[in-house]
Formats: sequence, structure tokens, C-alpha cells
Amino acid sequence: MRKERDLAYSSGNISISEKELNLTSFSPRYNKENDVIVHFVSHKRINDKYKVGGVLDNEQKNNWKAWIYLAPVLILIAIFLIYPLVNTIAISFMKNYNYVTGDFDGFTLDNFGAILGISGINGVVDTRLIDYGFANTFIITFVTVPLSLVIALLISVLLNSLKWLQKVYQIVFFLPYVTNTIAIGMVFSVLFDRQGVINFIFGSDITWIYGANRWVAMIPLCLYIIWGSLPFKILILLSGLQGVDKQYYQAAKIDSTPKWRVLLRITVPALSPQILYLMVTSFIGAFKEYSSIVGLFNGPGTTNGSYNMYTIVFYIYENLNTNTSYAAAAAVVLFIIILIFTFLQLWISKKRVYY
Amino acid sequence: MKDNALNLKKYIDFAEDKDINVDISIVIKEGNRSVDSIKSRERVTRFFLTIVLYIVVTFLAFLMVFPFYWMIITSLKSNNEIINTTQTFFPTIVMWSNYVYVFKHFNFVTYMTNTIVVAIFSTIGTLITTVFGAFAFARLNFKGREALFLVFLMTMMIPGEMMVISKYITVAAFGWIGEGATLTDAYLAMIVPFWVSVFYIYLLRQNFKQVPNELYLAAKVDGKSDWSFLWKVMVPLAAPTLISITILKFMGTCNSYVWPNLVANRDEYRLISNGLRNSSFVDPDTQRTEYGYQMAATVLVTVPLFLLFVFFRKYIMRGVGRAGIKG
Repeated sequence: MRKERDLAYSSGNISISEKELNLTSFSPRYNKENDVIVHFVSHKRINDKYKVGGVLDNEQKNNWKAWIYLAPVLILIAIFLIYPLVNTIAISFMKNYNYVTGDFDGFTLDNFGAILGISGINGVVDTRLIDYGFANTFIITFVTVPLSLVIALLISVLLNSLKWLQKVYQIVFFLPYVTNTIAIGMVFSVLFDRQGVINFIFGSDITWIYGANRWVAMIPLCLYIIWGSLPFKILILLSGLQGVDKQYYQAAKIDSTPKWRVLLRITVPALSPQILYLMVTSFIGAFKEYSSIVGLFNGPGTTNGSYNMYTIVFYIYENLNTNTSYAAAAAVVLFIIILIFTFLQLWISKKRVYY
Repeated sequence: MKDNALNLKKYIDFAEDKDINVDISIVIKEGNRSVDSIKSRERVTRFFLTIVLYIVVTFLAFLMVFPFYWMIITSLKSNNEIINTTQTFFPTIVMWSNYVYVFKHFNFVTYMTNTIVVAIFSTIGTLITTVFGAFAFARLNFKGREALFLVFLMTMMIPGEMMVISKYITVAAFGWIGEGATLTDAYLAMIVPFWVSVFYIYLLRQNFKQVPNELYLAAKVDGKSDWSFLWKVMVPLAAPTLISITILKFMGTCNSYVWPNLVANRDEYRLISNGLRNSSFVDPDTQRTEYGYQMAATVLVTVPLFLLFVFFRKYIMRGVGRAGIKG
């Protein structure tokens, strides 16, 4: 009782008799002298009043009810999220894990060595990840994420300054979102065909897709990824722009600030929460790019049997049921890369994002 | 300026002395230009800037829709026209026969049926778990609620590739994939693992939280149970969000490729994306991919999604947009 009494004294300027506090029940009571209702609170959780009687009582019963409501979610998450996560990490340390029987030959770090091309798979060193996989994953990420963000920002600023037909243009720019990645990837491979319309328009004769050089093939791939990721970014940025206080722009106008400086000094800082959100999500998305490559090239390379468009995710899916341990190790590496980048961005954002 | 003002004052004094009524119009000039001319000049520049702006935006919009346009016209071209050195921007002969060929040789109906069945059942399952989960997190009190919710949110940061391997193993252990897997097994493998979405729970919880406490207390006073409060009050109030979730989930299933590719090991089990990518449209005579047929098939895959967009545009854009509001 001592603690409650101390608190009751300190939280309000009311005097409560010793006798009144020496009660065994926590129910709120009316104090006549001060015309107040005295609640008893714990010294640890000052905002939580002790709840007794009436409607609020139901909330305590909810304790077990809530778990029933949550049961389907929890069961599914346990089976298809938590367990797989733990299991994958475990498998990445198991030697020659067999997913059908569940057998493995002890724990080892070799799996990580194998995907990094240090130790071999049955004596053969697989360097596809080192040669192409890691580099391609990083190229795709560091080209598409900044470019698509800048383009999306410019387009949304343009769209925001439209007086008429803004809604119509907004819908047009959203169209690529509502598509099938594989299907439109195939369309892009037709556009960039050797005899296709891109070469025709620019009067060039470049092999973009089938049989293309790795670096050339990166161009249609990155263009496709950017094209596909613009709608989401434009939508988010545009809704952010519409919430920016007009006063900033009016002040800039009075000072006749140049347009580019308005963009850099007002628009970008005002949109910084949205930009951070888009950065984090699109970095994660770009590290996992897969469907667009399949759609465009129908495999991990620009020719049959080549691996010049290989990425980490490709490796995971390819080795999933044959070399499960290696696939798990690659997944863990991807996870670590993504975690590092996510935390790096959140850390940088602490200084640069204005809420 | 000072001289001007002095002159003006002199003029007014003079006019007052002589008792003359004068109309004075003050002309402010900057350099050699009057305000009116500056204003009209500005109006003209603004007019041209607006025109330039619209031209730029229209051009960009054109770039965005060009792949769709090219898909449609290529699907209507003959193969000779497609591989011709001179590209035409409208088919010289409209080849509807491409579509006839595709309907004959591409199992569109099978793939689409599979996709729709999988989409419907995984959407229903997701809706149920999402409504229950969001209700528990938004309305009910239980120990460790905030901590559990935080764990849920944190799982969103984990890439799906981490789970895919063990998910595959689990589904294989259930007997849903492999040699003896039936169509139902394949459906189950594609549906059940996607019955829960932490992101949608988060989205709906935010919506449920906006339902005022007073409504809940009033329902309690009237003797309504939590269950009927959920279905009679919360769900109708959150209907727009639920529609958004339904459409987005549905579209997501139509777009999914990786997981169905892993688990559906027979052609008749495939979903639309997998069917499309795995069908070859190679002409048996020339051994070349017939782009006309291929594009006709992609049009068939894209059209249902577009129809969804046309009818539910508001819900789709709102649902997608809400993702970014809080960040």
C-alpha cells in the first residue's frame, strides 16, 4: 500500500487521509473533501488505473478470447514464417541436408564457403555466384533504386503542378502496376529484339536480349525494373506532395527562389518520410529481383546455358531441392545483406528525415 | 523614383490650387517596362510553360503505356511483319487468327481456372485471418499485445526467400508436392502458405483503431458480444479497406510466379504466369519464336488484370497508396 499512497500524494495536490488509503480494494472512490475521484495507480505504470467493475471488466476476460481470435494467424505464422526462418538458418549450417529424409552429416560452415566459391560442391567449385550472382544483384540494386526514385520524384512534381487532367495522368502513370511481371517482361524482350522497335527507332543494330553481352543486357533489364517500379513510387510521392504545406512554396516564391532549389530545399525534405519508406522497400525488392529476369530472358543468362544474368535469388531457387544446404546458406547471406542495408538506411535517416 | 514622386506632388498641388479635377493614373515602370507589360509578359511565359509541361508529361505518359500499345499491336501482326526491318506502328493486316491459334495451343482456360481458384481461396483465407488478427490487435486487450505486434511488424523485414526453402520442405512433408500430388494437393500447396499477411493485418488494424471506443462500449451496454460487434460494426465500417485487400491479394496471386513454379510440377497445375513463361510459341517450321502468338497470349493474361483495375481503380490506388502514408 505504501507505494500507492506515495503516488496519490505526489500526483495531485490533494490531501487524502491515511485511513482512506489503508483500504484493501483498488476500486476508485469519491473523495468528498476535494470533490475528486481517487484512482489507485501502480508506481510502475502510472497511466494504468486499476480497473474494477462495470464495462471495463470485460477487457480482462478478453485475455483468453484474444488468443482465440489470434489462433489462426499464429498457427499459420508459426508454420509458414517462424519455423521456416529458424529452420533455414539451421539448414545453412548442416552438411548435405536431404529435404526428403531430413538427414544431414553434421554441422559445418562449408555451405557458406561453397556459395562464396571457396570450397567445392563434390569437388567442383561453383563460381557462378562469385562471377555473376553477387555483382549482378548489386548492379541491379544500385542502378534501379536511385534512378527510379529520382525519376519518380520528378514525375510526381510535374504531375503535382498540373492544373487540368491531373487525375487522368495519375491513372496513366499507375498502369504498369496492374500487370503481370512475366507477361510484360516478354513484351520488353519483343521491344528490345534485334529486329525490334527500339533498334528501329534509334537506327541501331544492338543485340539487347538473346545472345547479348552481360553489360548490354543490363540496360533493358534495368529499364524494365524501373518502368515497373515507377507507379508505386509516383503514387506514394504524389500523395505525399499533396500534403506539403503550401506556405513553404509561397515563401519561396516571394523570395523568388530558383525552381531547382525549391525542389532540393523544400520538396525533398518535406517528402523525406516517403522517400525513406520507398528506399527501404525498393532496396529489399531490388535485392530479390527474379520474375523480371525470367520474364525478359527466360532463364539466368542471355543465351541457353549461360549464367551472365545470375543473381543470388536465382541461386536459391535453382539449388532449393538439389543442394538444399547451399540454397539455405545463400538465403542467409541475402538476408544479412538486406538487414545491413535496411539498418544502414534507418540509421542515416535519423539525421535526414523530418517527420 | 524620388523625382517622379516629387513631380507628382507638384502636379497635384498645382491642380488643387487651380481647383481642377484631375484623374491621376500612376504608371510604375521597371527599367523601361510598365507593370502591365511585365504582367502580360509573365502571363505569356506561364502559358508557354504550361504547354511545355503538358507536352513533357504527355510524352512521359506515352513512354509508360508504349509497352502495352506494342503488345497489343504485335499480337495482331503477322510474323513476317514483326520480323520485318521496317517496323510498323499499326498492323497492315489485322491478324485475329493469332488469338485463335493461342486459344487452341495455349491452355489459357486451364491456367486461368487454376489462377482464379487459387486466388479466390487464398483471398478468402487471408481475409478471415486478417479480420481476426486485426480485431485482436486493435480492440481486445491481452498480455503482451504490443510486444507481439512489434514482432509481427519485424517479420515484414525478412525477405520471403529466407522462408521459401523450409516452406517447400514443409509442403513436401504434407504430401502436397511430388510425384503423386493431385490437383487438390497442388492447389493446397499454392493456397495455404499464403493465408496470412502481416502487412494486411497492420493495414486493417490501423483502420479498426479509428472506430471510436464509444461504439464498442455502447454495443457492450446493449449486450452485444465481441463477435457480433466485429461483424455488425467493425467489418462494415472497414469495408473499403477490406475491398482493397481483396483486390490487391487477388492481383498478387495472378502475378505470382516463383512459388507456383516450384510447387506445380505438371502443366495442368500451372498458374497463368508459369503457363505463359513455359509455353513455347515456336513455329515448328522455322524454329523461331512466333512473337505474334506470344503477344496474343500476354494480352490474354493482361486483360483480366486491366478489367479489375478499371472496375476497382479507386480501391486499388487507395490500398496501394495507404501503404506509404505512415511509412
